[in-house]
Amino acid sequence: MFYNIALYTSLAIFAVGLVYRVSNWFRWKVGPEAAGISSSARVSAAAKGIISTVFSAKIATLLRVFVLDVLLQLWLAKKDFLRWLAHMCIFGGFILLLLMHGLDRFVTSVLFDYYSTLNPFLFLRNVFGFVIIVGLGIVFYRRLLLKAPRPKTTVVDFYAIFILAVIMISGFVLEGTKILSHSIYQEMVEEYSGLGEEEVEELRALEAYWVQGFGVVSPDVKGPFDEKILKQGEELHEMSCASCHSRPQWAIISYPASWVIRPMGLFMDRTNVHIGLWYLHFLACFFGLAYLPFSKFFHIFSTPLYLLVDGVMDEVESDPANMATRQALQIDACTHCGDCTIRCSVAVAINEIPNPNILPSEKLAAFKALLAGRKLNQKKLTRIQEGSHICTDCHRCTDVCPIGINLEKAWLELNERLAQRGYPKPEAWAREAMAAEFDLANLKEKPISLTPVDKAFASALVDSGQASTFSVCFGCQTCTNVCPVVGNDEDPKAVLGLLPHEIMHCLALKQKELAIGSNMLWDCVTCYMCQEHCPQGVRVTDVLYELKNLALKQIKNRAA
Amino acid sequence: MKFAIFLGCNIPIRLKQYEAASRAVLEKLGVTLVDIPEFNCCGYPLRNIDLKAFVLSSARNLALAERQNLDMVVLCKCGYGTFRMAEHLIKEDGALRKKINAILAKDGLRYEGDVQVKHFLSVLFNDVGTAAIKEKVTRPYEGLKIATHYGCHALRPSKIVQFDDPVAPSLFDRLVELTGAVSVDWSTKLECCGAPLLGTNDELSMDFTEKKLTDAKSAGAHYLTTGCVFCQMQFDTIQKRMATNGGTNHHVPSILYPQLLGLCMGLDKEILRLDNNEIDISGVQDFLATEPHLQSVQYTGT
Repeated sequence: MFYNIALYTSLAIFAVGLVYRVSNWFRWKVGPEAAGISSSARVSAAAKGIISTVFSAKIATLLRVFVLDVLLQLWLAKKDFLRWLAHMCIFGGFILLLLMHGLDRFVTSVLFDYYSTLNPFLFLRNVFGFVIIVGLGIVFYRRLLLKAPRPKTTVVDFYAIFILAVIMISGFVLEGTKILSHSIYQEMVEEYSGLGEEEVEELRALEAYWVQGFGVVSPDVKGPFDEKILKQGEELHEMSCASCHSRPQWAIISYPASWVIRPMGLFMDRTNVHIGLWYLHFLACFFGLAYLPFSKFFHIFSTPLYLLVDGVMDEVESDPANMATRQALQIDACTHCGDCTIRCSVAVAINEIPNPNILPSEKLAAFKALLAGRKLNQKKLTRIQEGSHICTDCHRCTDVCPIGINLEKAWLELNERLAQRGYPKPEAWAREAMAAEFDLANLKEKPISLTPVDKAFASALVDSGQASTFSVCFGCQTCTNVCPVVGNDEDPKAVLGLLPHEIMHCLALKQKELAIGSNMLWDCVTCYMCQEHCPQGVRVTDVLYELKNLALKQIKNRAA
Repeated sequence: MKFAIFLGCNIPIRLKQYEAASRAVLEKLGVTLVDIPEFNCCGYPLRNIDLKAFVLSSARNLALAERQNLDMVVLCKCGYGTFRMAEHLIKEDGALRKKINAILAKDGLRYEGDVQVKHFLSVLFNDVGTAAIKEKVTRPYEGLKIATHYGCHALRPSKIVQFDDPVAPSLFDRLVELTGAVSVDWSTKLECCGAPLLGTNDELSMDFTEKKLTDAKSAGAHYLTTGCVFCQMQFDTIQKRMATNGGTNHHVPSILYPQLLGLCMGLDKEILRLDNNEIDISGVQDFLATEPHLQSVQYTGT
């Protein structure tokens, strides 16, 4: 009863999640192609596209992609053999285990004369499980010991591995406790042996045989046993049990596992630990099932589908509605493998600017949140904006993505969406925010207070070797006179606010707001004319650079 | 002669011709180039945002070259200037060096300052030498007038970047003259192309470009020549965009120096990827001297 409720609940959650995830492929609008195409148009275009593809010569391409890229994942093998091996172990082992063991009622018993206690099923269950354990072992080895370049293992990755590990371990320990269990042995004897309670001698002989050879822990029957008794037990076993119970030693993982827990065997049997383990095992499976559409595991659907779609679609010929759907599917096909981040040209900056949105693998999650229309507060949007603009458009992430996601395109779109929501390139943002706040034109009439001094600002200026050079400025205005930006306008003060030499004065007066509020900062072309020609060696351009750093930090902190 | 070649982020995706032409020219001149695939952003785009992030990004590349005991040749002037600045800041500030090295250690890297960073043009001028280049010029240009654009970040701040005399530089002009072309005098030769403001103040950025194009034109230049990613994109992509958006068409296309040099060394235009430029520069080939042996073939034919 409980089992069924849990099963159907998790199936229902899975179905809802599946519908939600699939609907995203038709709802998300990625790229200019997607504008103006409704979701229903995309659904019907997809249906048409699928039908016309399946009944065309393209079916051969689909089959080839399915075998080589989806089933055998050859692209991964070429890239990194160890990763491919881990992937195949987990993927292959899990699918086989699911079909043979998880869905035994629907698959195995239909096709074969099936007893879970009989070989080859008993043995294969352990073999498949072992294969998964090997796969998980490689994953741990790569991440923890080999320290394969992989800057981020997030909670998402951890959950996926954790659930799988719980399913596997609980399964093996469960089988181990059942091997030891005297009560389960008793149940089987009552049901299958045909021996009555009065046949004490036979019962003892059979039990002795199972204790000696099959690892059952009996409360009263203990060895060493007489040869004769064992012989009698063996005969009884052959007669009543062997036809549907293979030797537990064939359970190549669970049997050794039973040896480890053997000292606690009697206690565990009495306290029905195996029932608890059974609950843990199937609940973990059901939880995994329900969680699947919301987790990284969903890539077992989205990635193969994207590979298939990508194999038969064509930028030029395909229906624009289907191209829009492909774009959305592509974003959803990310497996969070982190290859993009490893190859990212600016990823190193994260050591100084701790914002995960700099890394493409994490930035994509932010992009998905925006696509899904999730409500994001100012702080989060500012973080995404910062990360999104620390990117040199070098295209490496797109080049390296194993499934061919066009990330470059996604970043363009992300910047576009951020700008629409009022979060443009940070420099442009800062320029506006600062200018709006410190209206320099009006300040002409206003007395400027020289106290109190912003001590943090004053000491920051002194701490920086290059910024502190402002202190030797003697006001000759050479910097302003050689500045091509100043020279570009009839009335530079109106456009720029403060001119370079005036900014140096502001620093001497510790006037932070004035210094970082000037448009001059953001219009500086960094041509270094001022610095080159300064007779005093003031590093004017570098001072402006540092002021820009400061201004950006200030508005970032304010948003936080 | 052996260098680690630093391409940066833009060249492999937006300026492939610069890489192709530079490799071809350097190969012809006997310079061996080593690629270091782990190279990352030079740090230039981070300078507005965070000083330490920029220095770290730069230093990681320097450390990668240093690990292989190689000096670096940088194709971009902004990248070159950024590396020199990072070098300087790290040398100047012991605490910064410590901090950077602590972060680099996570990747098993360390920067000691034993790597020389050179711009592509300096390698040609100082390491290869004008005589060796001259020797390889088989078809010099005749009557070609070139406006050499020096690029701010290689010239200034001169104390740090040490590329050439910041007030009266001559390195680039002399390289241009090796090809037989005339390097014209133009008043805004040492000024900014406008590229750094693209994206924050497009109007001002294009004002600069416009001014330079007008000046180069009035000095009689047929072509501009550059040795920098950003300057080239500004004079090529942006000049084209300005002309198509209703601006004056000055008809002063920009040719990358290795393309200019490569042609008169007899390198094929396909190798130099002249077609990759946005504005057509194929006309520059008309200025190449007719080859003596071709002339003789023509004479026997008639």
